[in-house]
Amino acid sequence: MILQLITSFIASTAFGIIFNAPRKSLLKCGFTGMVGWVLYVWLVHNQVDSVLATLVAAFVVAIFSQIFAKVYKTPIIIFSVSGIIPLVPGGLAYDAMRNFVENDYNSAIQYAAKAFMISGAIAIGLVFSEVINQMIRKFR
Amino acid sequence: MENGNKLNQTYEVTNVCLLAGKIMLQSGAETYRVEDTMMRIAASIGIHQSHSFVTPTGIIFSIDGTDPTKFVRISDRTTDLQKVTIVNSISRKISSGEMSLKDAYEEMKQIETANLAYPVLIQITAASLVGGCFTMMFQGGWHDFIPGLVSGGVGFSCFIYFHRLVQVKFFAEFLASFIIGLLSFLFVTIGFGNELDKIIIGSVMPLVPGLLITNAVRDLMAGHLVSGLSKGAEAFLTAFAIGTGIAVVLSLF
Repeated sequence: MILQLITSFIASTAFGIIFNAPRKSLLKCGFTGMVGWVLYVWLVHNQVDSVLATLVAAFVVAIFSQIFAKVYKTPIIIFSVSGIIPLVPGGLAYDAMRNFVENDYNSAIQYAAKAFMISGAIAIGLVFSEVINQMIRKFR
Repeated sequence: MENGNKLNQTYEVTNVCLLAGKIMLQSGAETYRVEDTMMRIAASIGIHQSHSFVTPTGIIFSIDGTDPTKFVRISDRTTDLQKVTIVNSISRKISSGEMSLKDAYEEMKQIETANLAYPVLIQITAASLVGGCFTMMFQGGWHDFIPGLVSGGVGFSCFIYFHRLVQVKFFAEFLASFIIGLLSFLFVTIGFGNELDKIIIGSVMPLVPGLLITNAVRDLMAGHLVSGLSKGAEAFLTAFAIGTGIAVVLSLF
């Protein structure tokens, strides 16, 4: 678990560098990515379905990004992008494609559907936090 | 005379708004933020009726009345979140009255041409770190860390190089992921790494269109259907290019 913490932190920070995020916000990018990924891994480890786990993790990532964006007065995408990246279902997409290449279409479609569901979960997680953010703004 | 002054000022506002919008859109900001920034700048000068239509390939901006509508074409888009942040803070300064339109225009002109990116070497190092760390995050073992590191870095540098060589981004992505697949296969064959899948997944990560996916979702949410769908298409094509590159390697061996 500690290994996951460290690697996800480094990976998200490095993604901040690739996207040329401002130097000051790099560590916060790493932190957002770390929180999202560790939450996802912990949920999956506790037998939660990976789609639901992705949804929760994406939601939390978006909440953290909103807080950082508000506090440091920077555009929100800086944080949410590097937080979301680890959740992208790269492994599933790879498996799907591998099976397509090996002419095993049945398993390929299964993997592809799962990857699609997880992408949808990321989107819905982002939407939820945005909605909550707008509601808070409205009630004030 | 007074009329002429007013006309001049409107021109100035339009220019500042369009420049701000252009830089932000080229650097990978969401459509919503681009429109919002332009309207805020206009509103801070006292023009509350402005309309903008922003797509990933062009901006149309118009101020109500008889003034001409202006249009800018966006031909190439990169990812440079630092520029987005700077222009965002300039627009804040204009809104709060800290900065005059003229100063803002000068400063943004400089930013437009400035190269604020991290040095290429640092970017490649970051990409290698991403490759190595993601290999570990997907439950790879320690012996797969170095192969992931190397092929991630090499893949990303190939992407940068090919993108300079050919302007077609998807082709550069295809070639880069093809080389990643080849390299990972080589590593596993000579016994340097263990799990081919983990190494490939990890080292392909730096090429994944994360910003496009996030922006597409956010744009669709905000009701910018045209931009959202076209960004989604771009993300899909990128993912497809990466997938094809790896698929070619897998089917060859």
